[in-house]
Amino acid sequence: MDVQIFLDALTSRALREGLVMTILLTIVSFGIGMALGLGVALLRSSRFRVVRAGAWTYIWVFRAMPTLLLLLFFWNGLPQLIPALKGPGYPAFLAATIALSTNEAAYAAEIFRGGLLSIDDGQRLAARALGMAPASVFRRVVLPQVVRVVIPPAANDFITMLKITSLASAVSLREILTNTQTQIATTFRFAEWYTAAAIYYLVLVSIFMVLQAWLERRYVWLSQREGAGRQRLSFLRGNTSAR
Amino acid sequence: MTEQAGHILDADVIAELHAGTPRGDVLEAVDVHRRYGSHEVLRGVSFGIQRGQVKAILGPSGSGKSTLLRCLALLEPLDGGEIRMEGRRLGVRDGEGRAARLSEATLARQRTDIGMVFQRFNLFPHLTALGNVMLGLTEVRGVGTAAARGIAETMLERVGLAHRAEYFPSELSGGQQQRVAIARALVMKPKVLLFDEPTSALDPELVGEVLRVMEELAREGMTMVVVTHEIGFARGVASRVLMMDEGQIIEDGPPDEFFSSPSQERTRRFLDAVRA
Repeated sequence: MDVQIFLDALTSRALREGLVMTILLTIVSFGIGMALGLGVALLRSSRFRVVRAGAWTYIWVFRAMPTLLLLLFFWNGLPQLIPALKGPGYPAFLAATIALSTNEAAYAAEIFRGGLLSIDDGQRLAARALGMAPASVFRRVVLPQVVRVVIPPAANDFITMLKITSLASAVSLREILTNTQTQIATTFRFAEWYTAAAIYYLVLVSIFMVLQAWLERRYVWLSQREGAGRQRLSFLRGNTSAR
Repeated sequence: MTEQAGHILDADVIAELHAGTPRGDVLEAVDVHRRYGSHEVLRGVSFGIQRGQVKAILGPSGSGKSTLLRCLALLEPLDGGEIRMEGRRLGVRDGEGRAARLSEATLARQRTDIGMVFQRFNLFPHLTALGNVMLGLTEVRGVGTAAARGIAETMLERVGLAHRAEYFPSELSGGQQQRVAIARALVMKPKVLLFDEPTSALDPELVGEVLRVMEELAREGMTMVVVTHEIGFARGVASRVLMMDEGQIIEDGPPDEFFSSPSQERTRRFLDAVRA
């Protein structure tokens, strides 16, 4: 292991550019996936049997698919079915976004379903008794409580997504791992470049953990939020009790 | 609560309630039926409540008291019968012969004149006491945030909770939570307020502070239907006391009569059991 080569790799343009692509793909795919997942979760409790069955089928199919298979399918398979997608009008980023977000949506739907089920019936009842319209009940009463419940599992999904973007190297999207491998192909310095890439992921996930703690603190419903927040941050000490 | 001074309701509301207004029923149930599967929870319930009246409903658990209140509040569909407010039929659209249940959005509008207080308070945990009281004003009545805050603060003060306005429900005692819930219903200026066992989930020492608010409301002329096990409240505050059993009202009389010489054997046995 050559320290200088490692340090050069760490500060290389290849990894910095890959970093931007990784962050972009993660945020876009996760955002679309969560929105889609919320929709699917709501459809699962639809009044109409057909709609419920459709939502169930979506989760069934997309949760069963390996992410790599989805990536290859949307990148190679889809243009074969829809010739218009051949050529530069259908970049790898788009294919990767579709693959990752449809996959994420299936997981997110289950997370949201659990969140929706966790809300006490009395909450909707009280909101309806006030005369609130259905959309208002959902937006003002149900959703804020669902968000709090889904933050931990959703944050877990976000971290998974961050790492899974590396699979997009299979469709030659220039994210962190693709660029790492490109460099290795010419330098043959495996250990230095892989370690540098690993550092990038570690830093990314660490930054995100701080964001998650901040987000959870915002959803502590106590008037003395600061004190509660400090208690929440105690995950560093392995103490997760939050009163 | 002890330093409760002045009124809970707005002065103009009280004046209106005490004005010599027609004594028709504000809210009325007509032969209401409700089934859960094959179990008939309400088997033809009829009763009306006049403006300024307080009706207490007693009865064993499972007798359909809570279901009746939910039907009155348009929170549950009926399997038969009608709910009327000031003579107007609620909850359904009178079509050609057949009555269709209104959409949830339309039902929501009709509910705004009916307030409801729940056994388990059902405060919104993500909002402060103030936020809970403000929500109906901003979301339903279309009141601006600043004005809603003012109205909510005033109402919290009247139920003795000005100092708890910024607290979240999890930081309040059961009695305080229930008073916030009452304030939340009152700011909507309902024509009638329904209470579903409002003190049953409270520690004994917290029951009094909630009952005192309810008594004050009754004194000021608020129209109320109270499902309760508080015999003292029913006897001292209600204008009529009703007994429900197996989905029907089996006794309906003024409190003195109801408690001293009930007409039904079932009522007598229930009262003996409750007093024991």
